[in-house]
Amino acid sequence: MLTLTSPIETWAHRVRPGIKLVALAVWTLGIFWLHTPLTMAIAFAALLGLVATGGGVFLARSITSLRPLWPFVVLVGLWHLWINDAPGGVVILLRLVTAVMAANFVTMTTRLSDMVAVIERLARPLARVGLSPKVLALSMALVIRFVPVMSERLDQITEAWTARARRKPRWRVLVPATLAALDDADHVAEALRARGGVR
Amino acid sequence: MERNVTHIALFAALVAVLGLVPRIDLAGGVPITAQSLGIMLCGTVLGAKRGALAVLLFLALVAAGLPLLSGGRGGLGVFTSPSVGFLVGFPVAAFVAGWMMERTSLAPGLAATAAAVIGGIGVLYVFGIPGMSVMLDKTLPEAAQIAIAFLPGDIVKAGIAGAVTATLARMRPGALLSRA
Repeated sequence: MLTLTSPIETWAHRVRPGIKLVALAVWTLGIFWLHTPLTMAIAFAALLGLVATGGGVFLARSITSLRPLWPFVVLVGLWHLWINDAPGGVVILLRLVTAVMAANFVTMTTRLSDMVAVIERLARPLARVGLSPKVLALSMALVIRFVPVMSERLDQITEAWTARARRKPRWRVLVPATLAALDDADHVAEALRARGGVR
Repeated sequence: MERNVTHIALFAALVAVLGLVPRIDLAGGVPITAQSLGIMLCGTVLGAKRGALAVLLFLALVAAGLPLLSGGRGGLGVFTSPSVGFLVGFPVAAFVAGWMMERTSLAPGLAATAAAVIGGIGVLYVFGIPGMSVMLDKTLPEAAQIAIAFLPGDIVKAGIAGAVTATLARMRPGALLSRA
């Protein structure tokens, strides 16, 4: 499965994930204190400069990863034009883009395995209430393994349906898909138990 | 123990798969992603605790950088976007839907539809609307107006979640862990 980590190595790939996460938290909280278009634009320009140190291709990928935000940009843009408050709209949109771009920067420069390690470290106190880090690691590995398996199964179910019926299956694929997930869960549980179980 | 772990993991994978590309045309050919439907099913099929844990596991992998949210979104950016409230509400929604499912003796279809509406829509919006309000600097009523746009689709999904749960209960009564 594809991860969102950038294959282009930047200096930020070598910074420890914990430091990047704390910096991101401070940055995200910080930009909520900026209320004028000018200060917000400076913050955005600074971030853009930081991302640009990864090179042109890296910067381009970082900008395309903002695409899911366009409905919000259109909505807020029109709203603020309507109520005649363009500066307010500019601040909100710049803040939106700056917050998401900074977070994406951390994701793009941190390997999945490093991020998983951070999650396991954060979940360590949960061992006291019965969730051992080993179980968490196993669960995450199972999900990563089974997403492509179930995706393929969903395709097969859809194909089998369209081979027999003229209509599209729509939501009807969900019943066999859910049943398959339940069956897989039982089989994997048996297989795990046969190999010594989860402790 | 093993069954709990595998059910949680497999349903986390199911939520992810339902969000991958809008391949399920739910109503009138409009491709609605079925991800929030997956959240509802986690609650109505697995029950409160397992359902919520499955959703938390799914979110952990999204935060770790896998593009598993609908539309191929993922990474930390989604947690600083206006949808953050909905993401925070996901596990709570699954928990409430599962909790309701466990506490009622109504027929599975009816119970699951009601649980999906209250948990998967009501509770989810209670988290989602303040999230949008903060991130977009709008008042709560203004943010609610934006969220209303998703309401028709979500009602359809709640109905489907009820139908799927009822069919599962009929085809394999033991499979409904929320009722076990």
